[in-house]
Amino acid sequence: MTLIDVIFWFFAAVTLGSAAVVVFSRNIIYSAFALLFTFFGVAGFYVLLGADFIAITQLLIYVGGILVLLVFGVMLTNKVVSVDIKSGTLNAGVAMVVVSLTAGTIAGIFYATEWKTAPAEMLQPTTAGELGTMMMTSYLLPFEVASVVLLVALIGAAMVSRRDRSKQEAA
Amino acid sequence: METLIDIVKIVTVMGILLGVVAYVVLLERRVAAAIQNRIGPNRVGWQGLLQPLADVVKLVMKEDIVPRNAHRFLHDLAPIISISIAMTTFAVIPFGDSITLFGRTIKLQIADINIGVLYILAMTSLGVYGVTLSGWSSNSKYSLLGGLRSSAQMLSYEISMGLAVIGVIMIAGSLRLDRIVEMQSGWMWNIVLQPIGFITFTVAAFAETNRHPFDLPEAEPELVGGYHTEYSGLKFGLFFLAEYSNMVVASALITTLFLGGWQIPYAAEMGLSGNLLSVLQVGAFCAKVLLLVLFFIIVRWTIPRFRYDQLMSLGWKVMLPLAILNILATGLAILLIG
Repeated sequence: MTLIDVIFWFFAAVTLGSAAVVVFSRNIIYSAFALLFTFFGVAGFYVLLGADFIAITQLLIYVGGILVLLVFGVMLTNKVVSVDIKSGTLNAGVAMVVVSLTAGTIAGIFYATEWKTAPAEMLQPTTAGELGTMMMTSYLLPFEVASVVLLVALIGAAMVSRRDRSKQEAA
Repeated sequence: METLIDIVKIVTVMGILLGVVAYVVLLERRVAAAIQNRIGPNRVGWQGLLQPLADVVKLVMKEDIVPRNAHRFLHDLAPIISISIAMTTFAVIPFGDSITLFGRTIKLQIADINIGVLYILAMTSLGVYGVTLSGWSSNSKYSLLGGLRSSAQMLSYEISMGLAVIGVIMIAGSLRLDRIVEMQSGWMWNIVLQPIGFITFTVAAFAETNRHPFDLPEAEPELVGGYHTEYSGLKFGLFFLAEYSNMVVASALITTLFLGGWQIPYAAEMGLSGNLLSVLQVGAFCAKVLLLVLFFIIVRWTIPRFRYDQLMSLGWKVMLPLAILNILATGLAILLIG
């Protein structure tokens, strides 16, 4: 086992272990914190695969942005308003069917795909430049569509969370 | 051998950083006293120079009090997160060019990574956790309010901070911090090329470090002490240390990105070279950082605190559009002038 292998198994253990805590923990706060380690583990995989830009973006967006909001929401609802967030088992039968279908699909893809096992060649010192060029040339349309979708979501969120001024004035 | 050099670099830089941070606290107290027409701490040692040492001893000796209903583990973890993030950010900042010792060229930067700028943005975005966790785990309304304000503030200003850096990246054409510094030779510092970027980044840095006039998370008259109200002893000391290290790191960042880093204008024309020049460049870097720290301190004691809604509207309605306009203007300039 080389050093890379050891690091790989370490990240694998961290990712899977913390992901298990996310799913099985009865305390929703521990779930939120375990998610932090899951994200870190995945970022570690990206680094091992030579995708430095994606790794750091994973930290920047998921750990630094989305998870902060998530943890914050959980903390506020759980302690300040003292509402117990339900984390029990619901609709076990339906869930079983959906989960087994999804798992079967993923497993099927996993076995049908021909995985490239050759060691990755580091063509560039960093992947950031190449990614940027590709987004601005070959993948310009998907890139723009994705950004428009995000913009719509942003405007929608602002609209929903805004107080209804007209109703207030009428009252 | 490489590993040994790295370890020596890490230990040296960490030591210097911690020492500087201790003395920045003293500097702040003396400058504050001067501004308020007082004398300030001048009893311990000559001109109070041993005061930081006395403070550290005092903080270590104090009792560690944890509120009864606090979440013990997270309460302990929060200050550790704060201080380790403040320290690790410094790893990518180039504080000099390179130095030749015993026939071996040593780069004066701990970690020379390809995506240095993104690394810094990622690290600063993690800084929220220390504050949020301390605010929540203390189980106190003042702490929680402080933590709440801080997370909202840091998330808001992070965006304009990131956008302000994009102008610099566009000019340098690289995410490497050493490359960004190399591009700023002579007087072509980024503050000249990117004045708006400099202003937005500096304002965002003030907000990110929770310094005046953006120190709402720890506004004493409203929140007792903010997110660290329920901390005492060494754990409070760690928060204190983290705040001042953040200030030093932010100054180092502004220096690197906008004030030419370790560059000395016309150093090549003066006929300097080799190790002497490198040492002078490290000196220049330190001088620029210290001036910025002094600026941070003077701002704290001269400008009143913002109101919370003013802070948010400044962040979203002024800083963000300015930063976006700056990117557009930079792109246009690069297209026209090349």
